Formats: sequence, C-alpha cells, structure tokens
Amino acid sequence: MSIKGKAYVAGVWEHPLRDIPHLSTAQVHAECAKGALEDAGLSFDDVDAYFCAGDAPGFGALSMADYMGLKLKHTDSTETGGSSYIVHAGHAAEAIAAGKCKVALITLAGRPNGSRSGLGDASSRQERFRMAPQGGGGGGINEVPEAGFENIWGGTTHNTYGMCAMRHMHQYGTTSEQLAWIKVAASHHAQWNEHAMLREVVTVEDVLASPMIADPLHRMDCCVISDGGGAVVMVAPEIARSLKRPLVKVIGHGEAPKGPAGGRNLDLTYSGAVWSGPPAFAEAGIKPSDIKYASIYDSFTITVLMQIEDLGFCEKGQGGKFVADGNLISGVGKLPFNTDGGGLCNNHPTNRGGITKVIEAVRQARGEAHPKVQVPNCDLVIAHGTGGSLGTRHGAGTLIMERE
Amino acid sequence: MTDVQDRPTTRRIPAPSQNLESKPFWDAAKEGRFLIKRCKACGEPHWYPRTICPFCHSSDTVWEESKGEGVIYTFSVMRRNTPVPYGIGYVTLDEGVSLLTNFVDCDLDSLKIGRRVKLKWTPTGDNDPPGFTFTTA
Repeated sequence: MSIKGKAYVAGVWEHPLRDIPHLSTAQVHAECAKGALEDAGLSFDDVDAYFCAGDAPGFGALSMADYMGLKLKHTDSTETGGSSYIVHAGHAAEAIAAGKCKVALITLAGRPNGSRSGLGDASSRQERFRMAPQGGGGGGINEVPEAGFENIWGGTTHNTYGMCAMRHMHQYGTTSEQLAWIKVAASHHAQWNEHAMLREVVTVEDVLASPMIADPLHRMDCCVISDGGGAVVMVAPEIARSLKRPLVKVIGHGEAPKGPAGGRNLDLTYSGAVWSGPPAFAEAGIKPSDIKYASIYDSFTITVLMQIEDLGFCEKGQGGKFVADGNLISGVGKLPFNTDGGGLCNNHPTNRGGITKVIEAVRQARGEAHPKVQVPNCDLVIAHGTGGSLGTRHGAGTLIMERE
Repeated sequence: MTDVQDRPTTRRIPAPSQNLESKPFWDAAKEGRFLIKRCKACGEPHWYPRTICPFCHSSDTVWEESKGEGVIYTFSVMRRNTPVPYGIGYVTLDEGVSLLTNFVDCDLDSLKIGRRVKLKWTPTGDNDPPGFTFTTA
C-alpha cells in the first residue's frame, strides 16, 4: 500500500524562542502542539494519534499524551535522533492511510541551554555535547552493545562528523571552501528570519577564518545550539479539505538506519539517504530534479553535502562542486535549501533539527515562507534528515510533499 | 598548530562499560591480549565483538587474538571544549575490520589517512581494563 496522497500536513508551528530558561520542557511541547493545531484550525480534542521521540519527557509517548490530555488510538515514539520527526511524519501518513487515526500530532521540544526542571540553572556544557548512545533503554549503558567499545574515545558530534568530512575530502577531493558555501547559503536565508540566532551574512573566508573545532570542521561548519521546538499536525484527506489551509500532501516517504555494520567495508562517505531516498522518490513518482525546494538536515556542513549526493541531486563525490557558488541560495541557485536559515543559522532545538525541516518545507509548499526566500511555484518539496551520528550509527528519513 | 604540540596528547580515557557478552574481551585486555571475533561458519571477522555473527548470523563465533596493526581509515582532532586536544578515528586492522579508537603518544598533526598504526594500551583505572588506543607505527 502506498501512502501517496493519503495524508496531508494541516498544521505546523515553530517555537519563536531560542533560549527558554523559564518554561518546563513539557510546557514547550504543549505550546508547540497548541500552535500547530491552531494553525490547522483544529483542537486538542481532534487529535487521535501522537508521535514524539527521546526529547519528550517521561515514558515514551505516554507522559506527554497524558500531560496534554489527549485521547488516542495510536502512539509512536520511534527514536532516530534528530531525524525522528521526519520519520514520524512518514509513520503518521502510514497510520492515517491504514485508517488507524485521522489527526496525528507530532511534537519536538527541548532546552539544552536551560535546566531540565525549568528552574533556570544552566546545564553543563558537557551534557549539551553528549553523543548517542544515551543508554536509556533496558539495562542501562552497560547493555548498550557498542557502548564499551565506542563511548570511551571522547566521540562528540563535532569530531565524529569531522571524521566523515575528513574521509570525504580524502576520497573525493572535497574542500573546506566548498563546505563553507553551505554555511554561506544558510546565512543568506537567515538574514530574513527575525527569529534566527545568526542573521549576519557570512562569506567563505569568514567560515575558513573561524576557529577549528574538530578537524576539518570550523566553528561555522557547525550548527547552533538552541532551546526551542516545533509541532506538525497531519490529517486524513477529508479533514484537510474541511480546513481553510493550503492542501499539502505527503507523496513519498523512506527511512533507513546505517551503522558501522560489523566493521567490514566501513564507508563514512555516504549516509542512510542512499536507502531512504530512492523509495521515497519512487513512491512519489518524481525525480530529484523535480524538487523545487529542499530542507536538508544541517547539523554540520558535511551533513548537507553527503545527503545531497545520497539523495541523487548530484553524482556521488560531486557534492562539493554542486553546493559551491551559491547553488543552494534561494533565487540564485538550482536547489534552494533551508530557507529559514536551518540549523546552521536559525535554530537546532535540543540538538534535533528534524521538525523544523518539515515545517520550513511546508511553509515553502504553502507559499508562506519569507517573501525574500520564497521559491516561486513551489509545488514539490522534500524534507530529509539524519539523526544520531553519521560517524557511527544514524537513522535517515525522507519525506516528499506536494501542494495541490 | 604548535599550541597542540606543546601540550600532552593523551586524554584521560574512562573505564569501559561491560556486560556478559563483552567481558571476555575486557578480561583479555587486562592481560594485554587484544581480541577480535571471527565467525567459523562464514570465516569473516567482525567488530565490535558479538556472540552472533552480524554477517551470516551463525552462533559459531570464536575469539581470536589480533596483533593490533592496521591503517588509519579516517580521523579528527578535537581542539575545542576539551582540556587536552585528542585524536579520534577509525583504524582498519590488517584482519579487515575497522574500529573506533583514540590516537596516543604521537604528534596529532602527523595523523594521516592511510598511515600505519599499532595498538598501544592506555590505562583507565587501577582495577579497570585498559583502552585499546593506537599510536603511529
């Protein structure tokens, strides 16, 4: 069974704050939910399915569902790190297509800058940078099978993505200048977003002059750290048509995990997008060149470059040439990306950027992005992400949407 | 990069977490023996060690001592938010499997993809097993 055209994105909402010391995390989730439901013209009472990942406080989806007073037929707490919410959107479309629910709510929220309790004490920097595996599952950290062999090496997001960039440069001749163009494009978009953390337009030279964090990634190759959140509401076709919002439907979805796979033929130059992308495009019945706008997870510049290659926007290894010279800038290049400024400039709520990727793609499809970055006739959009770590194990999710 | 060369290159490595499946590896590590797992059914080595082969899913896997020699597949040097810069990367052992590790007792600016490296155990605590770190050969 295909999910093509079986579910619509009726509501989206992004939390406007980037530093939230004064609210509890549950409260931020609920505010995002309220915002997305109001955007759709629906209420909490309409929701019959709820999706969240590891950023949601409590036990799976149960604590937040109860906190928000939801009466549900379907829950899903699939955890693939920052890409979870793109995967959730695909799962919500599946559940709606199967008739299991009609109004699915997806939320993300977190406050790495603030405390867990909302009492204002800042968390330690170490906690903010901690890398998966979290070890929260049954048995604790000792039962995470790879933990003893991998957790002791000081792996952070920066140096594990740095390892991917280092190998990509070695294998394909990718340069720091080419990676820098990704940040430059994001900054061109962020200047128009009043909520973006970094609104200053930067140059390739600025990126290369920023401090080296983890070879070969400079500070400006890295995304921001922010509090924040967002929510997405997905509905059955008959409900979408009863609402007053533009009709944006899911037409393709794919997902795939990737890891070191027993240590044989290790290849850190590609991501799970090589497996999540093709089924999504096949389901949608379109080619990468048909896409008018792309939300591409940008935890680091190298993340974007690898995913663009793996989704088929260019040949493998040619990502450096593809992203250079402003090719990702709306109104300038062939593939406008992350027109909200993305994780590199706008926000990266609780170190998970998946939901904002879906939200900006929906804004573009609706024609509701900022006029300075709105892509004309933007009827086909993609939101794609990888969560976890590209350098160890990650989950890729691809979502293709069409405006009717 | 002289700021890196002038400082110690070894970060403190925490004691590894263990479970019943991984304990034989760490017990051998305490004796200075570096083990990998090989599947007798398909003949393939794998990393990290599992009871069930991740390739053919046979349970007929055995511990095998490795010389701990190989080449750098990739690496990164962490230079910020750390008291001591350190090198992290994947080493592809001569047996053919790649593992995540730290590079110790070497000039971090001399790390290079393809460079030969060899195992050098690094203590983690008095009663804890050492970490399987690598240094340039």
